[in-house]
Amino acid sequence: MKYIDEFRDPALAQQWIVQIHRDAARRHGARPIRLMEFCGGHTHAISRFGLRELLAPAVELRSGPGCPVCVTAAADLDRAIAMADVPGVILATFGDMMRVPGSAGTLYDARGRGADVRIVYSPLDALEIARRHPQQSIVFLGVGFETTAPGMAAALLQAEADGVPNFSLLSLHKLTPPAMRAILEAGEVALDGIIGPGHVSAITGSAAWEFLPREYGIPCAVAGFEPLDILSAIGALVRAVVAGEAAVINTYARGVRPQGNLVAQQLLARAFAVAPADWRGFGVIPDSGLALRQTLAHRDAARLFPIEARPAPQPTGCRCGDVLRGVITPTDCALFRRVCSPRTPVGPCMVSTEGACAAYFQYE
Amino acid sequence: MEDHILLAHGSGGILTHELIRDVFARYFANPYLDDLGDAALVGELPPGRVALTTDSYVVQPLFFPGGDIGALAVCGTVNDLAVAGARPLYLTAGFILEEGLPLETLERVVVSMAETARTAGVVIVAGDTKVVDHGAADGLFINTAGMGVIPPGVDLSPAYLQPGDALLINGPVGDHGLAVMLQREGMGFGSTLKSDTAPLHGLITALLDAIPGQVRCLRDATRGGLATVLNEWVTSSASGGPGIEIEEAAIPVREEVRAACEFLGLDPLYAANEGKVVVAVAAEAVEAALSALRAQPLGQDAALIGHITSEHVGRVVLRTPYGARRILPMLTGAQLPRIC
Repeated sequence: MKYIDEFRDPALAQQWIVQIHRDAARRHGARPIRLMEFCGGHTHAISRFGLRELLAPAVELRSGPGCPVCVTAAADLDRAIAMADVPGVILATFGDMMRVPGSAGTLYDARGRGADVRIVYSPLDALEIARRHPQQSIVFLGVGFETTAPGMAAALLQAEADGVPNFSLLSLHKLTPPAMRAILEAGEVALDGIIGPGHVSAITGSAAWEFLPREYGIPCAVAGFEPLDILSAIGALVRAVVAGEAAVINTYARGVRPQGNLVAQQLLARAFAVAPADWRGFGVIPDSGLALRQTLAHRDAARLFPIEARPAPQPTGCRCGDVLRGVITPTDCALFRRVCSPRTPVGPCMVSTEGACAAYFQYE
Repeated sequence: MEDHILLAHGSGGILTHELIRDVFARYFANPYLDDLGDAALVGELPPGRVALTTDSYVVQPLFFPGGDIGALAVCGTVNDLAVAGARPLYLTAGFILEEGLPLETLERVVVSMAETARTAGVVIVAGDTKVVDHGAADGLFINTAGMGVIPPGVDLSPAYLQPGDALLINGPVGDHGLAVMLQREGMGFGSTLKSDTAPLHGLITALLDAIPGQVRCLRDATRGGLATVLNEWVTSSASGGPGIEIEEAAIPVREEVRAACEFLGLDPLYAANEGKVVVAVAAEAVEAALSALRAQPLGQDAALIGHITSEHVGRVVLRTPYGARRILPMLTGAQLPRIC
């Protein structure tokens, strides 16, 4: 398949793997070169194509917090479920959110007891539901990073332009660079380099990661999602680590420009303002969320349905927070595979297809 | 006649009789049904073991590229018989109709069922209709039951799987699941993709005749797709089934299906099929089995995809094109598109 097969060529992959092992051997160190893939899409691809096995023991890959479902705080999810239970509300969201456990059940549970919760593929589908049900209030539960938020912004602005009054957003959208910074500031895990999120960077631009070499002295390679994309990013990082050179390297030039997607950035700026956000595993990170602008306050579900966010207790033994901060790998969690599985997930990392625990469970 | 289904169509009165006469009996016409008795008297059966199966069909949308709920209700049940090694003979059809269903829709479905049954060489010998309140069903549900006979000498079961046996499939996987999903969700791509809905017993009979005694077992890869069938086989016995190893690169997947799956974050190995059969044959019969399958219209793209192994008992392992091996587990929950 065009644009897929070229980036999955087994012979080229083999060359990269040999080269990575050769380069890594030139470094003197007691432990493998430890890289963090920020993005859950990368985690999934690394597991699916078996890259972890092929790169060991030279390179160790740690998953980061780049799974939007996983980093949604349980308290926020509880709020969304409470909104779904309000009579007259249709709550629309992405399928992945349905099975994430809040402190008292999931959105599927809410639907089972009669709440109107619908899975959509795009915020514009939710806007269409609002048009078809003018007597009801449609709340879109918006999760996602810089990648997903522009589509949400477009739907909000479309609702404004078309005068669809019954469409609102519970914005749990988050920004990725502040979370990356939080991990490095906490210093819980020693990292030699960062595999930068490709789709996020297509919006933000690779320049968004310049703070990594500048302030923390570690290299970042922005990567696409096919095996050769990921291997070339890892290859570039290993070379940079061995040479002791820190820079932002864009190995996904077919999708990412240094300045990013200006149209999407403008859309974001028209709909959202940067705000603090609550991340599962991290707590509140300043300037890491997207709240609706004052001009769209009438579409802010948090205001329309003021539901008090109560602190939600973490499930006993669940270490999703540690997994999301890269402190442990999923197999280090005592619940993994024993108690926690995709069928009976304890934490969100086992639910989402982009969750590190689900990827390890599924493929490794 | 009315334009829409009314509750009275299920009351047993005049409208019920009109519906049976003008739709069901008209299109399904056969001597068994024409009697309109309480039970179809099918008479003597050919020699062999009798096989029975039943399945309910609730697909949305009712009509999709490459098929519809009627064709599906015939093929699904015919295929369940065929993979047991049976020659399908008779079907029954039960209809649950939602009040307000356009009569024209029902007629299209019934015509499609009749045509599919004719192609498949099975006779719909008994039927039932119920009408439920508007909102209590999604347009139209169908249940079909099927009866067939397994000829003497044919005996298929996962219990016969042995290390070294070869695993084949009769063509590309995932067509039905993706075609229905793209249609249902109104996604404006993959417009050339069609469901593979088809009756498989012709293909299966040809295979069983070509290599008598060498087919271990068969399974149609419907809900849950190829991966689910293989997982059912490795966990088929209480003492733990065999292990299975398959080659990712050898599994045929249509370009459009791959593209749609890549786009949506789905795995074609878990996507539903309605015209695909997984075949386990003795190692020495691989070439003959492939030739027999490929000689049939529904088996032209048949491929050898893997084998039974005594290693990793109870597990399905997939070899990636990179030489890495990973477990192919049972699907948990529904496959859902990813967020970003």
